[in-house]
Amino acid sequence: MATETLTLGKALNTGLRRALENDPKVIIMGEDVGKLGGVFRITDGLQKDFGDQRVIDTPLAESGIIGTAVGLAIRGYRPICEIQFDGFVYPAYDQIVSQVAKMHYRSRGKLSIPMVIRIPFGGGIGAVEHHSESPEAYFAHTAGLKVVSCANPQDAYVMIQQAIASDDPIVFLEPKRRYWEKGPVDLDAPLADAYPLHSARVVRPGTDVTLLAYGPMVRTCLDAATAAAEDGRELEVIDLRTLSPLDLSAAYESVKRTGRAVVVHEAPSNIGIGAELAARITEECFYSLESPVLRVTGFDTPYPAARVEEEYLPDLDRVLDAVDRSFGW
Amino acid sequence: MAKGDPGGTTRGRRAAPRSRKSATGNPELVQLLTPEGERIDSVTGPDGIEYRVDFTDEEYRGLYRDLVLVRKLDAEATALQRQGELGIWASLLGQEAAQVGSGRALRTQDMAFPTYREHGVLYCRGIDPIMPLGLFRGVDQGGWDPNEFKFNMYTIVIGAQTLHATGYAMGINMDGKTGTDDGEAVIAYFGDGATSQGDVNEAFVWAGVFNAPMVFFCQNNQYAISEPLERQTRIPLYQRAAGFGFPGIRVDGNDVLATYAVTRTALDNARHGQGPSLIEAYTYRMGAHTTSDDPTRYRIASEVEAWQAKDPISRVKAFLEKQQIADAAFFAEVDEQARRESVHLRERVLAMPNPEPVTMFDHVYPNGSPLLDEQRAQFSKYMESFEGSAH
Repeated sequence: MATETLTLGKALNTGLRRALENDPKVIIMGEDVGKLGGVFRITDGLQKDFGDQRVIDTPLAESGIIGTAVGLAIRGYRPICEIQFDGFVYPAYDQIVSQVAKMHYRSRGKLSIPMVIRIPFGGGIGAVEHHSESPEAYFAHTAGLKVVSCANPQDAYVMIQQAIASDDPIVFLEPKRRYWEKGPVDLDAPLADAYPLHSARVVRPGTDVTLLAYGPMVRTCLDAATAAAEDGRELEVIDLRTLSPLDLSAAYESVKRTGRAVVVHEAPSNIGIGAELAARITEECFYSLESPVLRVTGFDTPYPAARVEEEYLPDLDRVLDAVDRSFGW
Repeated sequence: MAKGDPGGTTRGRRAAPRSRKSATGNPELVQLLTPEGERIDSVTGPDGIEYRVDFTDEEYRGLYRDLVLVRKLDAEATALQRQGELGIWASLLGQEAAQVGSGRALRTQDMAFPTYREHGVLYCRGIDPIMPLGLFRGVDQGGWDPNEFKFNMYTIVIGAQTLHATGYAMGINMDGKTGTDDGEAVIAYFGDGATSQGDVNEAFVWAGVFNAPMVFFCQNNQYAISEPLERQTRIPLYQRAAGFGFPGIRVDGNDVLATYAVTRTALDNARHGQGPSLIEAYTYRMGAHTTSDDPTRYRIASEVEAWQAKDPISRVKAFLEKQQIADAAFFAEVDEQARRESVHLRERVLAMPNPEPVTMFDHVYPNGSPLLDEQRAQFSKYMESFEGSAH
């Protein structure tokens, strides 16, 4: 019973259900989250079981979703807001950055906004524009917000519950193209004993190059590591899991062993998460580095039309190409 | 401080309506006290509701005291800014009646969501007027618990707080706290400029569809910094409510009695489960937008003079004098209290210490952040590196 095989989407759904069961103050708000169960069905069945006062179909306005959730949080609720797609979060950007992120600070700690903002993010599903973006840097750049991303069903199940239980406002990025990937999920392990939310994790040990990724790119890096192993290279893969605050202790330890680091994300490279990682790793591991920290990212273009997204998105070959460049330095 | 509730319950002798006047004039504007200090017994608004107040003499005097104190404290803050003790000040001059009338209409259990100009409402909530001055002095950014005072922190991003108010009001519904006299209601303050914001319009949508127990209280002071009302709207603002499916009404915002009556009714309707409404308090910003502004660049003196004649305080004074509800000794005593409180406020502003620089790292996250802790430690070490300097 304890361990079941679930898709990442179903793991999120199950985690949300647990949170609703465990705390009557937890509510879910968003567009189409009720009857429909969300466009990706992540909230499937929850309104039926918990009622429309706790799983709320909202009017179609993202700033309204986040803004009213702030008021509900002041009232003592713990809102989970679903933003339907990454590219639709921007109308809510002011409420997230100027209100959600700053309320605790402005009140000198007297008020907390325990809100989770769920955003399906990233590309690879052949969608029209605005449905495939990676906005994490905007949020990770903002003091007062925390930003995490899950990469597998087990983490999805645990991390969503940890995020909901946290008093910090958290942007929870869901790798939408991995929603249908399956993996084992331990449903009975107590949350209190779970791996800490804001901690990175080595998901594949290796000795030659350190790959740093999060969300949808963790799978890509694991596949790259499998391919590289056939060529005799052992790539260590670190799932960052938390983008704000970053947890780089595992990365520093790893890079000091391997001497090489490659950061992989779908978001464009310019002023992105990879730049921050490169700067920090360089500062901390300067005398251990055999080559500069390299980045494999989406390009500095708007997200392109779906028929060319495979060329835009980092894939196994581009990751291995960066590994080669690291060795060729 | 005069903290008596001048409305609702009756204490002492009631002042019989001493002058009566039918509700002629502008049918779009609820008014119970003319600029000349003539009392109008009752007015039936365009919504069919009869608006009246039934205050005792003591309560009338209490409202006058509130208005004078609020104006005096505001003037003191302006002076403090001119002397470099506050970084900026957003004066409420001219809007005292809109704020005292609505502020006194709130019941204890009600929650207010202010902009950055609601110093008068804050005062009527029984809050120490020193509380928001740290924000304007630059020693904090508010720093109070909204739930402790039933008064949210000042919000500077225009209109953002109307959504917070709406969410809070949804929470009242979810908690089942409407439907009785003890029910809770919310008031959201904003200005004429804010009505152009998306957030305000989204708040209207949300409040309507969720039947949120709240009052949208728009102080139409005619200007958004330099831009006149005509740049924000083609129709009277209160008429916007109809499009969102709830009542809207315009009140003379320089008439503390009418503002009280209209707000009290709207709040009570909300607490009894009748949903939101919009009040447009028609008033005028007599001063600058803030102390950084120069209104002579965008409005003419005759306009200001015309509004001066509609001053919210002189009409109450004229009424009290004419009806012999207050005498010269009373007015002198109020002035003396205002002087005393403003001196006290000034002393405390001057005594506000600058925060320790390292406190800028406090309260970024409820659960903290290791990276921020690291940065704080580096900063502290750096500061300590200055020999013989505490900072």
